[in-house]
Amino acid sequence: MSADPGATGPTLGRDEVAHLARLARLAVTEDELDLFARQLDSIIEWVAKVGEIAAADVPPTSHAVPLQNVFRPDELRPGLTQEQALAGAPASQDGRFRVPRILGEEQ
Amino acid sequence: MTSELIRKTAAELAELIHSKQVSAVEVAQAHLDRIAEVDGTIHAFLHVAADEALKSAALVDEALAAGSEPASPLAGVPLALKDVFTTIDMPTTAGSKILEGWRPPYDATVTKKLRAAGITILGKTNMDEFAMGSSTEYSAYGPTRNPWDLDRVPGGSGGGSAAALAAFEAPLAIGTDTGGSIRQPAAFTGTVGVKPTYGGVSRYGLIACASSLDQGGPCARTVLDAALLHEVIGGHDPLDSTSIDQPVPAVVDAVRQGASGDLSGVRVGVVRELTGEGYQAGVQAAFDAAVQQLEKLGADVVEVSCPTFPTGIAAYYLILPSEVSSNLARFDAMRYGLRVDQGSSAEEVMAATRESGFGPEVKRRIMLGTYALSAGYYDAYYGQAQKVRTLIARDFAAAFEQADVLVSPTAPTTAFPLGDKLDDPLSMYLNDLATIPTNLAGTAALSVPCGLADGLPTGLQVMAPAMGEAVMYRVAAAYEAARGPAPTPEVTA
Amino acid sequence: MSAPVYDLVDFDEVVEKFDPALGLEVHVELSTKTKMFCGCPTTFGAEPNTQVCPTCLGLPGSLPVVNKAAVEAAIRIGLALNCSIAPWCRFARKNYFYPDMPKNFQTSQYDEPIAFDGYLDVVLDDGETFRVGIERAHMEEDTGKSVHIGGADGRIHGAEYSLLDYNRAGVPLIEIVTKPILGTRERAPEIARAYVTALRDLIKALGVSDVRMDQGSLRCDVNLSLAPRGSGELGTRTETKNVNSLRSVERAVRHEMCRQAGVLLAGGEVVQETRHFLEDTASTRPGRRKETSEDYRYFPEPDLVPIAPSEEWIEELRATLPELPWARRARLQKEWQLSDEELRDLVNAGALDLIEATVAAGAPADDARAWWVAYLTQQANAREIPLDELPITPAQVARVIELVKSGELTNKLAREAVNGVLAGEGDVDEVVAKRGLAVVSDEGELVAAVEAALAAQPDVVEKIRGGKVQAAGAIVGAVMKATGGKADAKRVRELILERCS
Repeated sequence: MSADPGATGPTLGRDEVAHLARLARLAVTEDELDLFARQLDSIIEWVAKVGEIAAADVPPTSHAVPLQNVFRPDELRPGLTQEQALAGAPASQDGRFRVPRILGEEQ
Repeated sequence: MTSELIRKTAAELAELIHSKQVSAVEVAQAHLDRIAEVDGTIHAFLHVAADEALKSAALVDEALAAGSEPASPLAGVPLALKDVFTTIDMPTTAGSKILEGWRPPYDATVTKKLRAAGITILGKTNMDEFAMGSSTEYSAYGPTRNPWDLDRVPGGSGGGSAAALAAFEAPLAIGTDTGGSIRQPAAFTGTVGVKPTYGGVSRYGLIACASSLDQGGPCARTVLDAALLHEVIGGHDPLDSTSIDQPVPAVVDAVRQGASGDLSGVRVGVVRELTGEGYQAGVQAAFDAAVQQLEKLGADVVEVSCPTFPTGIAAYYLILPSEVSSNLARFDAMRYGLRVDQGSSAEEVMAATRESGFGPEVKRRIMLGTYALSAGYYDAYYGQAQKVRTLIARDFAAAFEQADVLVSPTAPTTAFPLGDKLDDPLSMYLNDLATIPTNLAGTAALSVPCGLADGLPTGLQVMAPAMGEAVMYRVAAAYEAARGPAPTPEVTA
Repeated sequence: MSAPVYDLVDFDEVVEKFDPALGLEVHVELSTKTKMFCGCPTTFGAEPNTQVCPTCLGLPGSLPVVNKAAVEAAIRIGLALNCSIAPWCRFARKNYFYPDMPKNFQTSQYDEPIAFDGYLDVVLDDGETFRVGIERAHMEEDTGKSVHIGGADGRIHGAEYSLLDYNRAGVPLIEIVTKPILGTRERAPEIARAYVTALRDLIKALGVSDVRMDQGSLRCDVNLSLAPRGSGELGTRTETKNVNSLRSVERAVRHEMCRQAGVLLAGGEVVQETRHFLEDTASTRPGRRKETSEDYRYFPEPDLVPIAPSEEWIEELRATLPELPWARRARLQKEWQLSDEELRDLVNAGALDLIEATVAAGAPADDARAWWVAYLTQQANAREIPLDELPITPAQVARVIELVKSGELTNKLAREAVNGVLAGEGDVDEVVAKRGLAVVSDEGELVAAVEAALAAQPDVVEKIRGGKVQAAGAIVGAVMKATGGKADAKRVRELILERCS
């Protein structure tokens, strides 16, 4: 992606939307590519106004409530049985979730 | 009898049940009958659990007959649960096709608390898919209609819960509020909706929209009923790391105090940035009248300024999609939910399933969030939005120096017609501008009906600091008592 | 299109022409009772999908809560690696799709690791110490495991479908990343191996992981690049995964050096990529090329709150650090008066802990050492298992030594007692009783045996009486034979000499 949030003109083109869709694992249709390119572009242009606020020295807030050091003791808690775990699975075999062949490799 | 029972408040029903003048089963049946009568029109429910509801009500009756104290002040009272909380005995879909038919193997903490309190869960209510929307039109299972005008939306995302209350299908409901999803539907349907302090109600088992903004909360037709329900579902949960380890604020006491009608010494701040331009004239007029009413009750009304609030909505529409893009990654056809067997690899099946299982608004936000978090954009978008979040919290902090509660109209307009904003995501987003700052700051707020504008309900939003729910409920209860009974819609099948 | 094939370059030539830069990423699975973010057990080898809950299965609505013991382990590892401990840090989400990851993001630490900027001093074979800089140690969660069905050797390539087990999903991991290790020259493979060995020993001493490379509780990724000799530059690096033993660490470094040098000397370019180590050929093969460049879209995990370890907590944890392996080695070498070679043999045999524990159980160091490095090492070798997996405890060995010292067992009987323990016949004393190993200490029985032997060999008695005391050996032998070896030879000799005087 080459777009610069500060630049004028469309921020998002079809190619970029297609790239985002791949990253997000969405098999979007050709029609959707056009629609989303148009809609996302106007939304992004609009949300970019967060950049207009001068906030260089403002710390970011990731959590609304200032909690810290919330821990759990290292104690067992009952979980699910294999049957419960697999109950919602689209497919299972030998106590495991069965999924189509995986193309990518582990990371 | 049915028509009388369904019009009673939760507090009244509890009184009747606990004094054994009416059984919990009768009350449950009356509401199930009402649902059967009107829900074909309203479509507030995605799933009605008649058998489970009657069984649960029967248990309450048995316990009372055996001489036990009621399990809670609301034992035996029926409730409509937003379909975003997991329930072990009912399907849970979050309004999405991707979870159609999914039966969770566990109960949410809120669900558990409702059960432990003896509350009768009537079923699961409709919502915008994964709580993304302001009209409930983005539900994969069709829209909910506003009981005040069937051609209008009930607001969203919790339109189902709000409509169920307004249509007398339930006296209590649970919603979730990420950017106004409890309060805006409350305003649109003339009901009460409360967004508690972030961390005040457990999120365990609440299917996440945006984790740092989501908060479950009570919905009812009166402030007292909301307070009673608030005390049932609130409190610390060790399964939610963001849960506040403090007692639930004493909101029922606060309501009783407020109902006496005296607000002298309470400072009420009108937020300059949340009035005027952009607000429907009738909404503004109803709000102004409500502020005058508060003044008459003895409150000191001051004007406060929160200059960053107008930017809140832009920050919100960066933070929310970013978290959504990550939270919704788990819906991938591997372990549960929909699987579309298109293509020969896991990767293709994932992409095909997500494409077909998610609706357009969800996809839009997933892509927006994917973009905002991308390398090279993070600082300009997500990072900057987090800074705006800090500034909004500072605005609140400064305003709460001057006032105990802040007020504004809950939504800038009354309920809009179905289909009105579907093709224009931005104008849909702008409907949340008054409710969003509270979510960004993690503070508390509620919406209480404040009269009609052009024949449709409007809401008064009362905002309080984190864990400051007591004063917020007090002000709302005082206003409610002074306002008198709110008008109700006529709904017929 | 297939990639061009380059020849491997001879290692000496690589070192002559290039400077290697090494980086090691080690993942350690903690042996906490429960997972990183939920209360499911972490034990290895359970039935598939029986150690799961809504949280580690990533079910909608579930939430994580941090395991305090995992944080403590991370801080202790950080302290032992001489790291600074972050006064405030957060978890982040690393977003990518993969079926073995239930949420399709990994909860990890990104730019705020709990421990950073430390070092580990590694002692090499020649006794020299090499300091490896530690960039960071951070907490994260493990993934599930997939089995690929229908392809060759259960490999992912060519499989028809896969089966997923999430028992391992969410097990706490600590990832320890070195700073670039420079100036290693021809010792790069050795240093890589020595570092991982030292790290393993350190973590074992901390008691926070069983660090079994064969079971995957310690995993190592090797980053390597070459730059022209003396250039001071950093070349393009590769990351080699699937390096599952200490020996493989050394071999993977060596192979990548020779392979990359081949590419560079032929005028090619090293591709920045992930490679997989192949155990059987000691070589690496490239991983599958990714269709899109990785963009993990990290952001702070909103479901978890920050961790801010107080000074007090850190100091409390520091106080629990055990004596570190190298300090201990130096102490034992001194206490047991070992030469460098002797010490190294003990370390290599994995006998140090066992001997120390045996000494702690009351045995003299010399005897303890003798038992573990001689007879018991033979037994372990014969069974092809590591010494510490022999089914005998240091306390049992100490008991055997005690019985020998007190004269209740001879060395021969002691070995039999040990064999009994190894055969699972019970504790030392039980084996001695069951096998009837105790030295004959009934004086009457012994005297009778001695007298019988003397009577049977009157000519020998004469010799002894005539002053040929060494002839008593024949009588002793006869008595030992008669008692089945259970007599105390020294006492027998005394009795013989008394009767022949």
